[in-house]
Amino acid sequence: MPRVVFRDERCKGCLLCTTVCPKTIIIQSSRFNQQGYKVAEIPEASAQECTGCASCARICPDFAIRVFVEEKPAKSKAQAKA
Amino acid sequence: MPKGSERIFVKGNEAICHGALAAGCRCFFGYPITPQNDIPEFLSKALPDAGGEFVQAESEVAAANMLLGAAACGVRAMTSSSSPGISLKQEAISYMAGSQLPAVVVNMSRGGPGLGDIGPSQGDYFQATRGGGHGDYRLLVLAPATCQEAYDHVILAFDLAFKYRNPVMVLGDAILGQMKEPVALRKPRPAKDKADAWCLSGAKGRDSRLLKSLYLEEGALAEHNRQLQKKYQAMQREIRYEAYETADADLVVCAFGSIGRIAKSAVRTLRAKGKKVGLFRPITLYPFPEAALRALAQQGKRFLTIEHNLGQMVEDVRLSVRGLADSDFHCVYPGDLPSPDDFVRPIAKSLGS
Amino acid sequence: MLKEREVNPIPSVLVDRPTHYCPGCHHGTAHRIVAECLEDMGLVEKTICVSSIGCSVFIYNYLNVDSVEAPHGRAPAVATGVKRARPDNFVFAYQGDGDLASIGMAEIMHCANRGERVSIIFVNNTVYGMTGGQMAPTTLIGQKTTTCPGGRCREREGLPIRMAEIIATLGGVVYSERVAVDTVKNQVRAKKAVRRAFEIQEKGLGFSFVEFLAACPTNWRMTPVQANERIANEMIPYFPLGVFKDISKELEATC
Repeated sequence: MPRVVFRDERCKGCLLCTTVCPKTIIIQSSRFNQQGYKVAEIPEASAQECTGCASCARICPDFAIRVFVEEKPAKSKAQAKA
Repeated sequence: MPKGSERIFVKGNEAICHGALAAGCRCFFGYPITPQNDIPEFLSKALPDAGGEFVQAESEVAAANMLLGAAACGVRAMTSSSSPGISLKQEAISYMAGSQLPAVVVNMSRGGPGLGDIGPSQGDYFQATRGGGHGDYRLLVLAPATCQEAYDHVILAFDLAFKYRNPVMVLGDAILGQMKEPVALRKPRPAKDKADAWCLSGAKGRDSRLLKSLYLEEGALAEHNRQLQKKYQAMQREIRYEAYETADADLVVCAFGSIGRIAKSAVRTLRAKGKKVGLFRPITLYPFPEAALRALAQQGKRFLTIEHNLGQMVEDVRLSVRGLADSDFHCVYPGDLPSPDDFVRPIAKSLGS
Repeated sequence: MLKEREVNPIPSVLVDRPTHYCPGCHHGTAHRIVAECLEDMGLVEKTICVSSIGCSVFIYNYLNVDSVEAPHGRAPAVATGVKRARPDNFVFAYQGDGDLASIGMAEIMHCANRGERVSIIFVNNTVYGMTGGQMAPTTLIGQKTTTCPGGRCREREGLPIRMAEIIATLGGVVYSERVAVDTVKNQVRAKKAVRRAFEIQEKGLGFSFVEFLAACPTNWRMTPVQANERIANEMIPYFPLGVFKDISKELEATC
């Protein structure tokens, strides 16, 4: 399952990420960071809908979002032959 | 003239070009303006022939900023212009001083203010010696009086620019630029610029470098200015001047550049008549040879400053001798052309009184 | 346990620190695209960046490369001096619309026309950002700014300037494109444009220019999301995206 990390201390609450998520699972949270911005987040309940497209990470002007996906395992020779 | 060296017979403008080439100048950025056009014209061929880069920029502003870029790379680079064009360069010069970049700026002064004329003047003394642009910075300023000095001073200018990481100005005028004299060429000692320690060259195998003049953090600009002032103090070591027949002189004529040379002729004429006059010719206008002048004042001598402007260096002469003496002032108006005969009477008059 | 990889990792030449840019400002995005191209192309260690005057004067705090600060408008001239002094280095300047299209108009035109082998990144947000939102040469008709409070008016202030098109008309220019970063699709195109521009310099072909349409939520008095929408709704219709000149293939063929 893809994993999205929001770096709260970098977020400026611009919410551009909320406009690009194809699953529209990113929302403005009710949390303020040290700079006084209301940060974006993916609610726990919606996390599994993430496709790992990383549109949010690309659109974020502050590099506050990092997206990790699972590396597909390389097929073994046996699997490839089957 | 040193034996065995090649001698050429050239205009001052060309002597400057030869000096730049001898000094290993790699880049020249210029723009046409009378009376220094010989400089970009000559270098437009000579510099590329020598493996360097020549650019006729779109303006003096652009040329000065190209100079800033090349200087940031630790490369020997030069620009030249005349009074109104030098005014245009002031912002870039201030930035170069603030960023501590080595560069050579040649000003072949003409009459001003404004468009003025295309004849000589010394009206840019204030501009040259007081930084010229905004902020508390100084340029080392060299004032050649002969074509040989023009050649030598350009070589010296590059060495000093890199020694102090500061822009250096060579201040000539239309007389110097256009007159022809023999110049002995020489091969200068190899430059020890040590620019690798600070210049931009691509951050390979080292931390990246930033050359800037913006200091916004609290206390940062004050500290930076402290460092600059320390440097200008150190630059006082570079004072150069010519003292001619001053030892037993009652009156010392103070003059620089072409006017210094013309005044020397007048002083010779009067000496031949038994008059005790001498000439003090600053060669570095900044740092100004204050102590040497003061020493003459302490011996009870009197002073007459002659300039091709309405009174600029005379202020520095008066500051140097303050408390001990004053300086008379004789000016040649920009727009008039001086001759030695024009100086004999004012010198005699100052001597007499 | 399956291994993880990061999708679109942050390039290491980008300094890992918060930026001073406003929420929704596209400078961060543009910086990232530039950083990605420098890293992808292995240019980081030979890059010399010329910064300009505007909000982006601090680009040198965010990109870990040799940099020099240029006076307002003069970055293309400074870049010329840098490239002439060090032709083997990769040289780019990064400018805003006041810096490039107002005070620096002469410098960009002549640097482009001479075909200097540098790359210029032009970030157009239709205002002077750093100084509080004054009118810029690219301010749109009817757009209100602090120095045209009634809205830019053709009779008084003339029309906005389309730089990518003008640059494309100059002889020394190899490549001129306008891009935007308001959507992921546009960002992908923007990165391709910057990559192409940088390749053109690397191949020694000549001058390359990429204009980014960018948002300035603070001075437009909009939220970041509204400002981002303005790019598509108002800016792209006047400043169309696309390639306005590309003679790189012809030049490569003759090299």
